Amino acid sequence: MSGPSNSYDPKQVAMLAPEALDAALTEAVKAFADAGHLDALAAVRPAHLGDRSPVALARRELGALPPQARADAGRRVNDARAAVQAAYDERLVALTDERDERVLREETVDVSLPWDRAARGARHPLTTVMERVTDIFVAMGYELAEGPEAEAEWFNFDALNIGPDHPARGMHDTLWLDPPERGVVLRTQTSPVQIRALLSRKLPLYVISPGRVYRDDPIDATHSPVFGQVEGLAVDEGITMAHLKGTLERFVQGMFGDGLRTRLRPSYFPFTEPSAELDFECFACRGESTRGGPPCRTCGSEGWIEWGGCGMVNPRVLRACGADPDRYTGFAFGMGLERALMFRHGITDMRDITDGDVRFTLPFGMEG
Amino acid sequence: MRVPLSWLSEYVDLPAGTTAREVATALTRAGLEVETVTDVGYDVSGVVVGDVVEVTDLDEFKKPIRDCRVVVATGQAPRGIVCGARNFAVGDRVAVALPGAALPGGFEIGARKTYGRISDGMICSARELGVGDDHRGILVLPAGSPVGADVADLLHLRDSVIDIAVTPDRGYCLSVRGIAREAATAFRVGFRDPASVPPLVEPAQPEAQPAAIDDPAGADRIVLRAMSGVDPTRPTPPEMQRRLFLAGMRPISLPVDVTNYVMHELGQPLHAFDRRRLTGTVVVRRARPGERLLTLDHVERTVHPEDLLIADDSGPLSLAGTMGGLSSEVDDSTTGLVIEAVHFTAAAIARMSRRHALASEASQRFERGVDPELPPAASARAVRLLTELGGGTYTGSAEVDLPRARPEIALPAGLSGRIAGVAYDAETVVRRLTDVGCSVGGADPLTVTPPTWRPDLVDPYDLVEEVVRLEGYDRLPSVLPLTPAARGLTEDQRRRRAVSRALAATGYVEVLNHPFQSAEVLDALGVPVADDRRRLARLANPLSDQAPYLRTSLLPPLLQALRRNLSRGATDVALYEIGLVFLDRPGAPAAPRPSVEHPPSREELASLDAALPEQPLHVAAVLTGSREAQGWWGDGRPASWADAVEAARTVALAAGGAALTVEPADVAPWHPGRCAALSVDGRLIGHAGELHPRVTAALDLPPRTAAVELDLSALFAAQPGLVAAPQVSGFPPATQDVALVVDDDVPAAAVEDALREGAGDLLEAVRLFDVFAGEQIGRGRRSLAYALRFRAPDRTLTVQEATAARDAAVAEAARRTGAVLRS
Repeated sequence: MSGPSNSYDPKQVAMLAPEALDAALTEAVKAFADAGHLDALAAVRPAHLGDRSPVALARRELGALPPQARADAGRRVNDARAAVQAAYDERLVALTDERDERVLREETVDVSLPWDRAARGARHPLTTVMERVTDIFVAMGYELAEGPEAEAEWFNFDALNIGPDHPARGMHDTLWLDPPERGVVLRTQTSPVQIRALLSRKLPLYVISPGRVYRDDPIDATHSPVFGQVEGLAVDEGITMAHLKGTLERFVQGMFGDGLRTRLRPSYFPFTEPSAELDFECFACRGESTRGGPPCRTCGSEGWIEWGGCGMVNPRVLRACGADPDRYTGFAFGMGLERALMFRHGITDMRDITDGDVRFTLPFGMEG
Repeated sequence: MRVPLSWLSEYVDLPAGTTAREVATALTRAGLEVETVTDVGYDVSGVVVGDVVEVTDLDEFKKPIRDCRVVVATGQAPRGIVCGARNFAVGDRVAVALPGAALPGGFEIGARKTYGRISDGMICSARELGVGDDHRGILVLPAGSPVGADVADLLHLRDSVIDIAVTPDRGYCLSVRGIAREAATAFRVGFRDPASVPPLVEPAQPEAQPAAIDDPAGADRIVLRAMSGVDPTRPTPPEMQRRLFLAGMRPISLPVDVTNYVMHELGQPLHAFDRRRLTGTVVVRRARPGERLLTLDHVERTVHPEDLLIADDSGPLSLAGTMGGLSSEVDDSTTGLVIEAVHFTAAAIARMSRRHALASEASQRFERGVDPELPPAASARAVRLLTELGGGTYTGSAEVDLPRARPEIALPAGLSGRIAGVAYDAETVVRRLTDVGCSVGGADPLTVTPPTWRPDLVDPYDLVEEVVRLEGYDRLPSVLPLTPAARGLTEDQRRRRAVSRALAATGYVEVLNHPFQSAEVLDALGVPVADDRRRLARLANPLSDQAPYLRTSLLPPLLQALRRNLSRGATDVALYEIGLVFLDRPGAPAAPRPSVEHPPSREELASLDAALPEQPLHVAAVLTGSREAQGWWGDGRPASWADAVEAARTVALAAGGAALTVEPADVAPWHPGRCAALSVDGRLIGHAGELHPRVTAALDLPPRTAAVELDLSALFAAQPGLVAAPQVSGFPPATQDVALVVDDDVPAAAVEDALREGAGDLLEAVRLFDVFAGEQIGRGRRSLAYALRFRAPDRTLTVQEATAARDAAVAEAARRTGAVLRS
């Protein structure tokens, strides 16, 4: 850096001339533009923005000017330098973008390549449907009750008002543990869990119990000797059939869709009185197939789907469990889960459900 | 129960034009389960009544053939029809299918040449018309049937059959009578009770078969009606045959058809005995030791001392209410008949029917309960029909009628409404109970006497059901109960879900197997004799003789499912199951059957549970093939023992995080050198590893198939309480690596435990990052390289502090496992 000059040097002062500064700018812009990549740009930078660059040298000469000329020349130098810097920055950005774009392009991969390195798993749809049912009832304030699958005859039949000579015993083709006199069966229904719940819990009682049940039935497309059932039980003061109806309606809507209607038909079960069968409006056609719409495979164009049995808990059952039938009433319901799965997912052969073929289960994923 | 609409309409004044489907809908609404409605006979046309005017026997053929002249329209010339049957004669009226006629099933008739002659139509048998299944001869129509009349009209061939699945409480609906009553109520129209049979005119000199009841617990009423001069060979009228046929019964002979007809109409099973074969008093009694009976199905049965019999002085005649005996059966030479009608108790017949595995039309009615007022009426109706149709003469009756209790039920007037959740006024309740046939008195409570045909009506709730169903379930409002605050799922229920999700998330596919197994599979698995898995509970009536036991381990069915997937072309398979296993208690006492009038005592409950097998919840997983697939990224990784052990860790973590101890073990069905015992707090939870080569060979599974099975009930029970949150330090860590040389039989887990113990509180994490064996180390030894990460909660550790902690860790490892720091 030179100090203030007292002498006047026409040659050096010429660097401050507007023409000289313009020429320096033009030269710098050209040099930057000619630099084809970042390294080239870096190489030409010192010549135009470095300490020995024309604009830097010109600034040095400002001191040589008479004070009255200094302000004017100073502005010119600063403008010129800013313009060179701007030209550089612009080129730098452009070249950086170019480089980045190239590198990223080079790093491009085929993101559609499969990554099936680790096998996928899945939960059985019967498990998830049991959880779904449970969650609907837990949300309504029920608790999940469980019981053994090899069950005492007393729990499976006697306590449920199915005495030794009751014709309803013939309705259940029972699998007995050997010898039959031992009085132990594979439960034919989830209802014995009701009895266990009534005997072990305090009233009022609201429980849901999904589980596996057994019948001496040959296996075919629509029957299985082992199948899932869900049973619900509510015992409280003032429980009515209207409560049963409301609860089932909520259940059906939670499982199959909002707004679906339900229908109760009188029926018979030893452990309920009055008893009913539950139908609900077909969730697929909503009854359209019975009103001239296209045929419905889900309900066989019946408009309704039969799902299970229900009724008001027989006072004899309450008595056998120590609940005072004069004070408490209750309702109970039970339905088959495979059936729900079958019409929900269009499963046509029940054997697929128990076969354990991974090709059947995998599409159901984690939550079916 | 199949009911032709024409039969039903005899006793209900159905509105004109009511279709069978409308009746079915109304019956469904009233609680009868209608299975099908079938229209029959609508496909029959062109069959007319013909008058046989001439019959010529043709004997030039191998079988007798007759050339008949039949007039099918008054005033027209007879038609020539060739016929092979011989059971008709000149003057008989027969059903002629004219050329162009259609028979049931769309079978069309044309004029055709047969036996060298043109047959201008066909004379029809009962089976060809769908009237019965008799094909031996043609159907002879009643004399006087108008010539040329449409046979389909004449025989009411056009009908609809409503098939109803009768629930066990509605025995009365196993009769036209019961269903007609329900239909009359549903349509609010008149009902004529077919059981209102006018009394028989008693002969001046009665001549009856004596009757007795020896076992009042088995029967409380018997009526025997004797007849003489019955011609059992007379044909059953076609319309009666037709109805029996549509109801699902085979017409047999006039006396049998009449008893069946009356049973179907009224619901009272009847039996017709040949009077010649009866000796002395016909009695209802228990069987005696050594008695035998040849039943109508030609089976010689040894009767059980508790069996109820109909017997006479000579011995057993029939299994009461279940099946008749062959010796007293009516045949073509019978003329003297005894019609037996008994009211048996439901339980006696139910037990006997089950004992002999014999279900008959009679037994299924008796076990549901039959109206005790029916025996006199039904037997009188049969006598009348046999008099009219069989030319018989009624000669006298014997009856024993023991007193029966008739229950009177006190029904609080508001109970129906209280149960239904909708108010019914007193009038409605009384009207509905009256519809059912009850007599109702009193005000509140109402005093209700159910009708004799409704033995199922015993409790007030039974009456409530009648009121609510007849008023209509569709009238019930829909209300949600106000449930008390509940606790949601229990910890164990949440844990079970977490375990299921964790296994599925790590690549296992859930299967739900049938829990049955053989005993041989335990041999194949190498399970020793004294093992818990030999505590097998056998089924008395297994679904398959190949798998008569309940599973004591999840593995046999799970390995079978694995095998099934492999046989269907899968190669890399990982399966899991969560379910109960059944460990029997040898010598467990039989389950008691406590009274149901009150709750069982604590002791009774305990003995109920003591009779059951132990049923812990298990989880098991099996895998084979590649655990990681080979692909464009590089090599795959075969499934191994380590995956099985890792699955156990996954389960333990999902179950609540209690630390799982992994130790070497030698347990079937695992490879003795590749089996891990898994425990929590010293309690054994299960095993994991590679299957024994002999097991994979025996079960036809790929070598190195791996498996894990854990007792989830035990694992859940071992979970700690609340997790104590760690202090997360913001100071930098100090990391030190150590390589320790140990003998091959020192488990890595033991070394790691020692390092943790020795390092003390400053140790944040320890990780085994390399295992090395080689000559430098020496035979029978290996080097385990660990990265130890130290950190203090309150300061930056100095190198000296970290080194001191590391040295302490190594020293403890050396002390416990003989580890030597590798230099």
